[in-house]
Amino acid sequence: MIRAEGLVKTFGDFTAVDGIDVEVRPGEAFGFLGPNGAGKSSTMRMIGCVSPPSAGTLEILGMDARTQGAQIRARLGVVPQKDTLDEELTVEENIWVYGRYFGLSRRLVRERAEELLDFAQLTGRAKSVVEPLSGGMKRRLTIARALVNSPSVLLLDEPTTGLDPQARHVLWDRLFRLKREGVTLVLTTHYMDEAEQLCDRLVVMDQGRVVAEGSPRSLIEQHSTREVLELRFDVADHQPVAEKVHGVAERVEVLPDRLLLYTADGESAQAEVTRRGLDPLSALVRRSTLEDVFLHLTGRTLVD
Amino acid sequence: MAAQVTAPVGARDGRTAKVPVLGPWSSVTGHWLVKYRRMWAGTAVSSFLAPLMYLAGMGLGLGALLDQGVGGVPYVTFIAPGLLAATALQTGAGETTFSVMGSIKWNPIYQGMLATPLGPRDVVTGHLVFVAIRVLVVSVVFFAVAAALGAVPSWWGVLAVPVAALGGVAFAACCYAYSATLSSDKGLVLVMRFVVMPMMLFSGTFFPVEQLPGYLQPVAWATPLWHAVEASRALTLGVATTPVVAGHVAYLLLWLVVGWWLSGRVLRRRMVV
Repeated sequence: MIRAEGLVKTFGDFTAVDGIDVEVRPGEAFGFLGPNGAGKSSTMRMIGCVSPPSAGTLEILGMDARTQGAQIRARLGVVPQKDTLDEELTVEENIWVYGRYFGLSRRLVRERAEELLDFAQLTGRAKSVVEPLSGGMKRRLTIARALVNSPSVLLLDEPTTGLDPQARHVLWDRLFRLKREGVTLVLTTHYMDEAEQLCDRLVVMDQGRVVAEGSPRSLIEQHSTREVLELRFDVADHQPVAEKVHGVAERVEVLPDRLLLYTADGESAQAEVTRRGLDPLSALVRRSTLEDVFLHLTGRTLVD
Repeated sequence: MAAQVTAPVGARDGRTAKVPVLGPWSSVTGHWLVKYRRMWAGTAVSSFLAPLMYLAGMGLGLGALLDQGVGGVPYVTFIAPGLLAATALQTGAGETTFSVMGSIKWNPIYQGMLATPLGPRDVVTGHLVFVAIRVLVVSVVFFAVAAALGAVPSWWGVLAVPVAALGGVAFAACCYAYSATLSSDKGLVLVMRFVVMPMMLFSGTFFPVEQLPGYLQPVAWATPLWHAVEASRALTLGVATTPVVAGHVAYLLLWLVVGWWLSGRVLRRRMVV
């Protein structure tokens, strides 16, 4: 579906995307995970054919992104980071005018609008003006609108950023349904839970580069341990405490407010910590997540 | 997993896109017309009342003080074509300043358009065609009011409507290119205050440009408004000759084409990066 080789995007002296290789297969949900400024959105804009690559090759649906942008865009659905709905128009009018951009007939656009509003759970709001709607509703409308041309690939740039937890779950549910129906999803996110929930495969990006690639599970297996023991002590600086737990786990990460001990067996590690006479304020054993993968690969947290 | 490549949602049949008869840009014009439908009532009233007040207040009121009229023509008859062209120009400028910047920055609908098969040229053309429709409607209403007030002595005057509208769109095309370069609305206020206003006052709208100091006259001749006013006036007074009108029209077409071309270029540089 999408194949990028040595893809680069520069803005003057600044290199936003620094030679990435990516392949997205039909029907999968593919994610770009990384912190703000990792180059995810620049990559998405290149895939959306609204930003010409500075170097490298980019092939989408078997076409060249540089020369066949309009034909490619005709088969993409795009959900940009910031909503581009016409706030002055009603919910249904937004889908109508958007469908017309693809050269769809008025009748077809109206039919599809009805189905799509049903899908987006916005039928009751069809005649409301967009401006006062909630963020979650606008997002769902943006997704519905992006499906008006029955796209082969749906691009979602930070689909749930800025939404409250409940609205996120409603949105994930809708995306799951699309995925089940076989729509290829390509999304960026800086939420590791979103990446874990939605993506079959993902790349971890940092400073314009791909630092790891695989399924969420394989990434965790490769780059982290099975379990993590989180320890919080009543100290200003956790660094000195880290030396005291040396050897308890395979690896120790020091965060400003806690220690992360990477180990196959969190319970035993916790027992060992207690045996050494340490008395943490709180101790928590959990499974490794993509957040740990990112921390291990880059030495930084995803959301700061 | 099944490698189904189309979204079943909204896609139960094979019907697909076809290029609209007029070109892809017509969908953009359609969008602006849908937007306009929400506020047409307000603009309809003002586009009818404005000419009435201008012509009654300035033409008849001020005109009563001018016994000789201008060049033997009653003042209201003199300014009617001038105001017609100026109103068209003002409408054109009004539709290509805040709405262009807004569509880039405040409510970025252009970004939405460019995510589809449409390119920057389609976005510009579609928007300008909408502006042309707006300007034409305003010109028709203005002309009807002026004719009803007896300010149009010649039947040739009907042709002043498309000429004035052309002047409005020609300026709008250049105004569009300018608006699309701006990053704040300060520049829009400037263009209204220091370009549109002076042009309306000093391009032969209210008095012949021969009244201006000699060194300012060439400035007036360069403005699109002066050409629109001159051609419109020659037509409403029934003194037009084909070469003169054709010359003015050609100059306005030049502004239109250059403005349209520049707008597409500016928008591409701004949005496709």
